[in-house]
Amino acid sequence: MARITAGVTTSHVPAIAAAIDLGKQQQPYWAPIFKGFEFSRKWMAEHKPDVAILIYNDHASAFDATIFPTFAIGCADEFLSADEGWGRRPVPVVKGNSDFACHIAQSLILQEFDMTVVNRMDVDHGLTVPLNLLFGDLQPEDQWPCQVVPFPINVVQYPPPTGKRCYDLGKALRKAVESYPEDLKVVVFGTGGMSHQLQGTRAGLINREWDTRFLDGLTKDPVGLTRIPHIEYVRETGSEGIEMVMWLAMRGALNDNVKEVYRFYHVPCSNTALGHIILENQS
Amino acid sequence: MSAKNLSPYLNEFEDIPGTLVFNTFRSRQGFNLNQFCMSLMKPENREKFKANEAEYLKPWNLTEAQTQGVLKRDYLSMMREGGNIYFLAKLFSTDGLPYLVAVATMTGMSQEEYSNMMLHGGRSPKGVRSKSNPSL
Repeated sequence: MARITAGVTTSHVPAIAAAIDLGKQQQPYWAPIFKGFEFSRKWMAEHKPDVAILIYNDHASAFDATIFPTFAIGCADEFLSADEGWGRRPVPVVKGNSDFACHIAQSLILQEFDMTVVNRMDVDHGLTVPLNLLFGDLQPEDQWPCQVVPFPINVVQYPPPTGKRCYDLGKALRKAVESYPEDLKVVVFGTGGMSHQLQGTRAGLINREWDTRFLDGLTKDPVGLTRIPHIEYVRETGSEGIEMVMWLAMRGALNDNVKEVYRFYHVPCSNTALGHIILENQS
Repeated sequence: MSAKNLSPYLNEFEDIPGTLVFNTFRSRQGFNLNQFCMSLMKPENREKFKANEAEYLKPWNLTEAQTQGVLKRDYLSMMREGGNIYFLAKLFSTDGLPYLVAVATMTGMSQEEYSNMMLHGGRSPKGVRSKSNPSL
């Protein structure tokens, strides 16, 4: 059967995409950020998952203002990098796993999580930046080392799903994965966050203390984190800090008992506090 | 949370200073503006827009305030007229600007002041958590 072995969270700041695409990794502003992922890239290269289920939010790329699916899953064979206004990113085509994704979609719906099934879509920086950070700065002619099931959650139009709903979705996602007959090693990504506000006169808000507590809780007390209301995310971590509910979807898919093998936190990355953690399932 | 009365949920966000939460009502208000922005995901549309911005905007039926917001690149005004940052990103990306620069324009700070604030740990939440309780 398919099994989830680990979870990864990371911010997916679009400026990281630009830094990679323009070759700025060694510049003083960017060097500490990429250094923060050196361990992670080694860990991932050794971990060798067959599939990454990548939870992220679409930033008005695949979905325009006509539709805001709360929970969606990409069931296509492949996904191109979206043109977000500066051309498509020069990254490898993202190869999906259609059969596995279709199985997950059906299982989740039957577990009463009413997924939107997406059979064609482009994927934006929310998905490609985490792939870069964990798998390296690959060129279009390269291949990502594993298949990817894109799993967009709406956090753009309020209200987004609650943290508890996302955590419960993660639990159902785990059951969906484990009911798939093929022997697949799966890593779940929860992306976005940490504190950032990209709008209004309060833009630039960063709350290191709150973010640190969230990182601590992610490992040791995720159920406690599910009780955080939307207003607290916005008040304490900014209007876009709400993306952290997606981390709880990842966490729900793991065992209660996990080992934190790596953590990285850095301010600033553009307007954002960059947070990253790797959790391995423990029995 | 009460399923019948959403007001407490929505009003709490209004208590946060300098913040416009993009809810379903604002999404309705900004629909045309945001859809215009989406059109800029195609290179040929970006070229048409750059060639004659006012002309390009006509078929999108924007309000006068939205039109002026776009032409003046007044991002705070566009947000107030129902714009959302991820849609507006297509507009500042067409201009070749990163999020850091576009976002800073909404704060009343200069680019240098804003960048320096970020380099020194960002904006502290102290004092900007609540309009009704500025001491928080």
